[in-house]
Amino acid sequence: MSSLSGNVWLSGFSNWTARIGMFLKFAKNFNWGRFSVISVPYLWLAIFFFIPFLVVFKISLSESAIAVPPYSDLLDFNLEEAYLNIKLNLGNYIYLWEDSFYLDAYLSSIKIAFFSTIFTLIVAFPIAYLIARSDQKYRGILLALVILPFWTSFLLRVYAWVGLLKKQGLVNEVLMSLGIINEPLTMLQTDFAVYIGIVYTYLPFMILPLYSALEKMDISLLEAAEDLGARPIQSFFMVTIPLAMPGIIAGCMLVFIPAVGEYVIPALLGGSDTLMIGRVLWDEFSLNRDWPMASAVATVMLVFLVLPIMLVRNKSGKDEAL
Amino acid sequence: MKRRSIFLNTSASLGFIFLYAPIISLIVYSFNESKLVTVWGGWSIKWYGELFKNDQIMDAAFLSLKIAFISATLAVVLGTMAGFALSRMGRFRGKLLFSGWVSAPLVMPEVITGLSLLLLFVALESAFGWPAGRGELTVIIAHTTFCLAYVAVIVQSRLVVLDDTLEEAAMDLGAKPSTLFFLVTLPLISPAIIAGWLLSFTLSLDDLVIASFVSGPGDSTLPMVIFSKVRLGVTPEVNALATLMIAIVAIGVVFAMLYMRKQNKMLAAAQE
Amino acid sequence: MSAPELKSTITGVANPVNTELPLWKQPDATPFVRIENITKKFDDFTAVDNVSLNIYKKELFCLLGGSGSGKSTLLRMLAGFENPTSGRIIIDGVDMQGIQPWNRPVNMMFQSYALFPHLSVADNVAFGLRRQGANKHDVKKRVAEMLDMVQLGHLGKRKPHQLSGGQRQRVALARSLVKRPKLLLLDEPLGALDKKLREETQFEIMNIQEDLGVTFVVVTHDQEEAMTLATRIGVMNQGLIVQTDEPHDVYEYPNSRFVAEFIGSVNMLEGFVTEDNVDSVRIDSKEAGCTLFVAHGISCAPQQRVHVALRPEKIKMTRIKPTQDENCMKGEIVEIAYMGSLSVFRIRLQSGKEIRVTQPNFARDMGERFTWNEQVFLSWDVDSSVVLTA
Repeated sequence: MSSLSGNVWLSGFSNWTARIGMFLKFAKNFNWGRFSVISVPYLWLAIFFFIPFLVVFKISLSESAIAVPPYSDLLDFNLEEAYLNIKLNLGNYIYLWEDSFYLDAYLSSIKIAFFSTIFTLIVAFPIAYLIARSDQKYRGILLALVILPFWTSFLLRVYAWVGLLKKQGLVNEVLMSLGIINEPLTMLQTDFAVYIGIVYTYLPFMILPLYSALEKMDISLLEAAEDLGARPIQSFFMVTIPLAMPGIIAGCMLVFIPAVGEYVIPALLGGSDTLMIGRVLWDEFSLNRDWPMASAVATVMLVFLVLPIMLVRNKSGKDEAL
Repeated sequence: MKRRSIFLNTSASLGFIFLYAPIISLIVYSFNESKLVTVWGGWSIKWYGELFKNDQIMDAAFLSLKIAFISATLAVVLGTMAGFALSRMGRFRGKLLFSGWVSAPLVMPEVITGLSLLLLFVALESAFGWPAGRGELTVIIAHTTFCLAYVAVIVQSRLVVLDDTLEEAAMDLGAKPSTLFFLVTLPLISPAIIAGWLLSFTLSLDDLVIASFVSGPGDSTLPMVIFSKVRLGVTPEVNALATLMIAIVAIGVVFAMLYMRKQNKMLAAAQE
Repeated sequence: MSAPELKSTITGVANPVNTELPLWKQPDATPFVRIENITKKFDDFTAVDNVSLNIYKKELFCLLGGSGSGKSTLLRMLAGFENPTSGRIIIDGVDMQGIQPWNRPVNMMFQSYALFPHLSVADNVAFGLRRQGANKHDVKKRVAEMLDMVQLGHLGKRKPHQLSGGQRQRVALARSLVKRPKLLLLDEPLGALDKKLREETQFEIMNIQEDLGVTFVVVTHDQEEAMTLATRIGVMNQGLIVQTDEPHDVYEYPNSRFVAEFIGSVNMLEGFVTEDNVDSVRIDSKEAGCTLFVAHGISCAPQQRVHVALRPEKIKMTRIKPTQDENCMKGEIVEIAYMGSLSVFRIRLQSGKEIRVTQPNFARDMGERFTWNEQVFLSWDVDSSVVLTA
């Protein structure tokens, strides 16, 4: 009997030590370095990138209130009377849908971003082509010339256009002294100025991927096309453009995506009638102090603009875009 | 060179003029004596003097430099880890989600990032009392978050082209993973890390929208001050400031490019 | 390299002057590396399929195979970069299971050389020693020794990108030998060098191996490289080792059609066994148009379909019909390629089968040359061909 219970006790003990041993072995073999390399940035992004969207979504379902912070609670929890009241306000989304102002702003942002992307492509192509076909020793310098403005302050570069485009600005002066126009044109605070601003700001983003696609292209392909009877213009459209397509797509993405949500350019160069969704969100937030409404705008923007773009990007190989 | 037609040359030259005309006009007008920006009043450097006397701008500039320095450094550390996790750590739970989070800030409109972080900070403050108020700390966190993504992508794309037999060779010669990282991998991806840091620094220094959302009333960064000034019209001091910044950046970029060129040559030759 | 040249190199290497048997022929010798039933699967794909292999001390063993044959995977398992799905690897009596690459007594020379581009030549060579915690003085001395050995003593301060391909290869060799590994793995060691440099380096590697007495395992897809370097060759195909033998035997006595065709060029004649003796076989071949007589026995069923492998250089080509009836085919010359040291002929037999024949050009003027469309007889000795059942 006693030996039996002794055995039970012993086996229980050895079981227990075995567990500790297993744990220690696990802790020793567990790759702490690997664990921390993954988990530290993972946690950071979870807290400061992912969770904020949940907060935005939550607040988009609350009501605007005159309070600090200026929105109502979703949960009304009373311990003494033991009730939990969940109040979801879909009013912001309904309002977004009913008031054509928001829909117009979305569509107008997409329209402006779309056309400025095309204009950027048109301006960028000859530059990229020239660099790709220029002598090896000048390429570095030309590329540096393209990249240099990108490193200087974006805000200041947009601001420079204010000086150029205004009524007494350089552009008007030059045009008038050349006799092309008689009186100054109103260019600032128009959609035109916004297009200029976007094309200007994002030009390097278009040139670089175009360049890297064109640079890879073998010049003998063009010679082969001409040898087979294609005229230069035909070989351009039938050989150069298709081969540059990955660069064109990557460049267009790099311009279109930030242009849609742009705030600074329409704020500095656009008129009061230039509708862009980034600006609407900002105004809703800072001028009207309607945080729930701003959150609703952001949520819709995320679902209908950012998510589709990410899906497309993932499909077309995200590394190509950068 | 026979393929370069007159049309191509002209349009490319116009493109370069388009790129540089605004910058040159800023520089030229920063030396304008007259306060009226449209009237040329002769050469002068008085606006540079005014600029240095302007406490508001100077304070904001120092704050911005400080924030940019700290967040670029943090972003490089976290971003390198993230890039490493994605390209050298094999599979792990939640990798797809993680890679989505890493690349998402690149396509996220600034207004959304700014708003969401602000709402997070407000919620955190009311729940835990941290961060108390908004200012430098919250801007640093926000900038680190979106710069991290850029660094991760740059580091990752470098690691992808980096011949992994170099790392195997180091292991084969007796280097443990931790030694291996500092002795082999880190020196080899240093151009990417430097590029990532410089990019993060610039992005942070340049950011208006996110900082406007997450900073407090007392802590205006340089872009915020510039923005509030230029909304009121063109100011010569800002021209002077712009010229200085362009000069510093130009010098920095030239040095960085020379360095990278050397590094790339070495790597290219070694991996031919 | 063409077949006759190949043959001469083999006989040069594989005729040991010393009477002592090599280790792998001594039945009681202890293998230095034991690979036991190793299998490696990547998802559904089996890269290495139940391979067992013994490698002996001071051997220079070549794993020869095409791409995807599993030879590199096997090498990487020896180095510790891949873990076998099943089976064990024992090096010098120690089971390598769970031993990380940095703790193995094995070094590797990589196909790309994998020289650290940010370190100088001397620092590259010193890398492994420093990881062992060797003191500065020893490191310096040993690095100098190794660099002298590969004749690069004067280039220690250079960076890898300032070296030529051959110099890089030698730095890589020095780096992988500096820790005096028990086993050195070489992944396509000559792959990136041009033809002339390859020949020089081949002999250099063999000399170093003999001097240091290290066991080498070389992976290559190049049969010529394997033939020249190896003490033994393991021919791999689709994850299996199909034959392990000395170079001479692999060439002269291939055990399967795959090996015969993979190494050197060969004519395959299909036929049926008509007479199966202890020390000879008679085969009736429609393709050949004659009876084939082979002077070695095989184990097979009567009337079994077999292949006879016949190397092009073993065939005699004559205008006059030889006296023998067996091993004598008739055909017409359809193509001649003059290659300097030898000429290659393509002969079409009456069955339509084409046969490749090489003839050494041993004299400048060899009387009346063979010419196109000429009718010729092809004959060979009874011990020149091999019957293959697999």
